Amino acid sequence: MNKLMADQQTIYNHAKEWLLTDTPASAFQAAAGRAYLGLLEFLKNRLAVLGLLIIIALVFIALFAPYIAPFDPILTNLSQRLQPFSAEHIFGTDEVGRDIFSRVVWGSRLTLYIIGLVAIIAAPVGIIVGTVSGYFGGFVDTVLMRITDIFLAFPKLILALAFVAALGPGIENAIIAIAITSWPPYARIARGETITIRNSDFIRAIKLQGAGAIRIISRHVMPLCLSSLIVRVTLDMAGIIITAAGLGFLGLGAQPPSPEWGAMTSSGRAYILDHWWLITMPGMAIFVVSLAFNLLGDGLREVLDPKSDD
Amino acid sequence: MTQFLTQKRLKKTALKILKFLLMVAITFLGLLLITFLIGRVVPIDPVLAVVGDKASHEVYERARIAMGLNLPLWQQFLIYLSSVLRGDFGTSVLTAKPVFEDILRVFPATMELAFLATLFGIFVGIPLGVISAVKRGGFLDHVSRVVGLLGYSLPIFWLALLALMIFYAKLDLLPGPGRVDVFYDGIVTPVTGFMLIDSILAGEWEIFWNALYHLIMPATLLGYFSMAYISRMTRSFMIEQLRQEYILTARVKGVAEWKVIWGHAFGNCAIPLITVVALSFGALLEGSVLTETIFAWPGLGLYLTNSLLNADMNAVLGSTIVVGSIFLGINIFSDILYKVFDPRAR
Repeated sequence: MNKLMADQQTIYNHAKEWLLTDTPASAFQAAAGRAYLGLLEFLKNRLAVLGLLIIIALVFIALFAPYIAPFDPILTNLSQRLQPFSAEHIFGTDEVGRDIFSRVVWGSRLTLYIIGLVAIIAAPVGIIVGTVSGYFGGFVDTVLMRITDIFLAFPKLILALAFVAALGPGIENAIIAIAITSWPPYARIARGETITIRNSDFIRAIKLQGAGAIRIISRHVMPLCLSSLIVRVTLDMAGIIITAAGLGFLGLGAQPPSPEWGAMTSSGRAYILDHWWLITMPGMAIFVVSLAFNLLGDGLREVLDPKSDD
Repeated sequence: MTQFLTQKRLKKTALKILKFLLMVAITFLGLLLITFLIGRVVPIDPVLAVVGDKASHEVYERARIAMGLNLPLWQQFLIYLSSVLRGDFGTSVLTAKPVFEDILRVFPATMELAFLATLFGIFVGIPLGVISAVKRGGFLDHVSRVVGLLGYSLPIFWLALLALMIFYAKLDLLPGPGRVDVFYDGIVTPVTGFMLIDSILAGEWEIFWNALYHLIMPATLLGYFSMAYISRMTRSFMIEQLRQEYILTARVKGVAEWKVIWGHAFGNCAIPLITVVALSFGALLEGSVLTETIFAWPGLGLYLTNSLLNADMNAVLGSTIVVGSIFLGINIFSDILYKVFDPRAR
């Protein structure tokens, strides 16, 4: 038994040595070693780990919502309306007798759906505009950055509101509106990174080997922009959740009876005087999830983007 | 020779200013282009939105021509441009008044709220930021970190509802929604539109105090978010300044510590801080949409949401243009400030 543990210890030591060597034998080994060091630094930041755990829990809850939620999130039950906390309804019930806990659980799906789609739309648009603009410079850069500035000239929520007003309320339109207002900062970041690496020797070397602009940008420039972009997108997730909830609250995002957290807060407004749990619970969910993304984003920034202090 | 040089420099500066103005003009045009596209192109059929789907073909065609929709798109944009630049945003369906007039009427309420919120942000945020920079890792540093984190994570509409629930409904410490109590409503004739100023002008001190009382909760809530931003930025500016060698020199020379902090270091943060305050003021316009809805505050934010819910497109786009222009103006203002006062940015 002791021998087995000793063996494990040796394997562990070997692995550690392999990861932390000063003379990596392959690109893979170097990357693995860097990732390991980053992981160690990330794990030191307790709050960031907490944020990550909350997000993992959110994904888990969203995946298994039908098994976790004890009640149907849509089905009304007027005999059970406005019940306070109890063993049966741990978050109480709302104005038409739906179990608030079940609705919050199902709402996690909508939240993930919104932030996932916004990230999938906005991040690639931003990175493409930014890298192209930074790589080519000159006229292309001027035009693309002017367009970016125009979008930045609006406060995010106001522009999103105007888009939703034109497109009509609904969760898909809210996602489109938020995505349209989210990409400009990503373009700015990607452009900044691209400009710093555009004239480096390795890019010149690839150019001499005959690589075209598309290949250079997609294979060599974009990957180097990724880390700062990931940090920014993670930090933005909190803002996206809050904006989406704000749209839902104003009645322009997800429509009732869907259990979107912002819309739930809005419909609980009328009962604020005597039934405080109606607004408190969904709002708490928004707060906890956006806090988690902020904590994770701060932690990632320390690991991936050491240039920025605190 | 020197004359030639100054002339050259003058020419260069003039060219730079010209370029700057051109950029501003292009951005502003782009802003109008976006609102134009939102209003004219995105909805499936703007004519249908006006005449309804039961209208006959004849009525439909007449409305289409009356709205200028038979013209090519670029001509429509030029017409739109000239009317917007004259301050004509069309008529609001909801109030049946010109949108521009409506906005002028509701705007002071928003300004009053945003102004007080900014004051809160400055007078709490700056000292908090400075102290946390000076005593890094100290108690107040942790407080400011938590304040910042909460500011970025709390949905303002939720916080506002909780505050109403606790301070108005449960404790009855602060008044509820509205600018003044119901029985004071409409007593003071609006002159400036600012309730605090109008009530003083009318000599109605009771109303002044009541209005101030009503401002406490929404202004503090809005101010909290700008306070979080201002304190965080102050902290990082101060940390950067305190690292500089001139601070060390001052300390070695025996300058009093408070003078080193507030005179030397803080003095050098003043200009970037003014831009931060300006930008946070712009962000307040955004936050006011949700806050005003909750506090039934008759400002631009409430006007915008009411128009949204009633599909009053002229009013929505008019408000969007106004807010966008103010936002743009603030950005330009802080840009200029930087260039004029900070020689490094030239």
